[in-house]
Amino acid sequence: MNTREKEAYLREYSILKSQGKPFFPYSIAKDAIMACVVMASIILMSLTLGAELGPKVDPTTTTYTPRPEWYFFFLFEVLRVVKPPSLTPLAAIGVPTICMILLFLLPFYDRSPERRPERRPIAMAAAFFTIAAMAFLTYEGANAGSPNQIDMEAPEAVVAQGAANLRTWESGKQVVAQSGCLACHKIGHNGGTLGPDLTAIGGRLARQAIARTLVNPTAPMPAYTELDEKKRDDLVEFLAQLKGGEH
Amino acid sequence: MANLKPPLPRALRPKPKGPSEDNGKAKPGRKEKLAQKGISTIDWIDERTALSGGARWVMFRKIPRGTNWFYTLGSASLFAFLSQAVTGVILAMYYDPSATRAYESVRYLTNEVFLGEFVRGMHKWGSTVMVILVFLHMGRTFFYGAYKYPRELNWVIGVVLLILTLFMSFTGYLLPFDQRSFWATTVGVAINGTGPLVGPYLNDFLRAGPEFGVTTLARFYALHMLVLPGAMAAMIGAHLYLVARLGTTAPPWLKADIPADSRKDGT
Repeated sequence: MNTREKEAYLREYSILKSQGKPFFPYSIAKDAIMACVVMASIILMSLTLGAELGPKVDPTTTTYTPRPEWYFFFLFEVLRVVKPPSLTPLAAIGVPTICMILLFLLPFYDRSPERRPERRPIAMAAAFFTIAAMAFLTYEGANAGSPNQIDMEAPEAVVAQGAANLRTWESGKQVVAQSGCLACHKIGHNGGTLGPDLTAIGGRLARQAIARTLVNPTAPMPAYTELDEKKRDDLVEFLAQLKGGEH
Repeated sequence: MANLKPPLPRALRPKPKGPSEDNGKAKPGRKEKLAQKGISTIDWIDERTALSGGARWVMFRKIPRGTNWFYTLGSASLFAFLSQAVTGVILAMYYDPSATRAYESVRYLTNEVFLGEFVRGMHKWGSTVMVILVFLHMGRTFFYGAYKYPRELNWVIGVVLLILTLFMSFTGYLLPFDQRSFWATTVGVAINGTGPLVGPYLNDFLRAGPEFGVTTLARFYALHMLVLPGAMAAMIGAHLYLVARLGTTAPPWLKADIPADSRKDGT
């Protein structure tokens, strides 16, 4: 905007302003009605949705899946989608930081005097793209579960064994995902590298050996004695079926 | 100073006194006496603070015609902030920011205190409402082009307020100290730690050390209760001052019908 355009805007605005109505009581009345609507929705949400308190904090637990507040889901999802560890900092902080800087500097790179949305196609396209991206990531983040997810299809051998076996396999996968195994172990494309890779553990260890390791593991690994019988059986079944190479 | 004050609306102007009044004979009624007391109190304050000019400047400034309900989103965000402040103060009366007793104090507040869960629910869901309102308010500002000259600085302050709002909800999330809040915060802080340059330092600062410890909760409590609300209040003050100073934007579709003597009109 050059000086002439600035002056034109100020002149135009001062006329529009002088033709308007005073803030009190006209705008104040609208704001007060809106405040009542806000108050009513907060009270209604508090009454219907409540404020449940989860179980007490336990830093030693390994079975808890962390979830942020819903309006951080999009950030959470960016972190989840980008799998390679070298890209994680870029996804978690790099992209949001760049977005924030772009947001801060908006009035300094968008300097055209035009204010009508239908005459600012680039700005509108960018805005709709941003809103769509955030909505999509929020939706995905809400449905995705947690970073502890295992992206693996049931191997054909398991599918061939019938529906009951497949159900056990899926349930075992769930237990593994929720029990913090991936913090150290790699399974397929997910998980850490601190402990041994479990992608093909079924080929190396027998079922009983896996079960024994769970109860009586080597030093840094915690013992999974508190898992209930059913869950532990499913877990062992799942791990025993991992022969590697199916994906 | 006098030319800064917009004139009082007709309804609020003092009525000129008739010839029959003020001659000492008619005794003033209770109502008149009370009104007189009120006026003299305001005069007393104004004589010492000279605030009435500023108050008139804020309250009776003109708002361009054509403003619609989307223009109430800003004041609605402010109202949500005030609601959070009030419910937050009530929660603070029961909350104990020590790692060993925090959960128990929240449990007591939720289950035992009269209307405790209701107030905590208002604070919890109020944060969601506030985040939504702040985003909608930003959307209105963007689509109406209201961030353009001369309001660029107010946009920047608004983005600061958005970030502070998100940090508020991030720090508040840990305070109930249940499993959910603890693990979400652990992950959140770890994400912070991966940031460029300042990441690891920010990480250590937030956790009050290399590990999640006893002092972490106190640190989040201090940020959530003192630092962030203080910063937000100051920023909101600046935001509102600039709104009053620069005026509410007119809808972008509105064109002024310029009168012949437009140059006299500068306000």
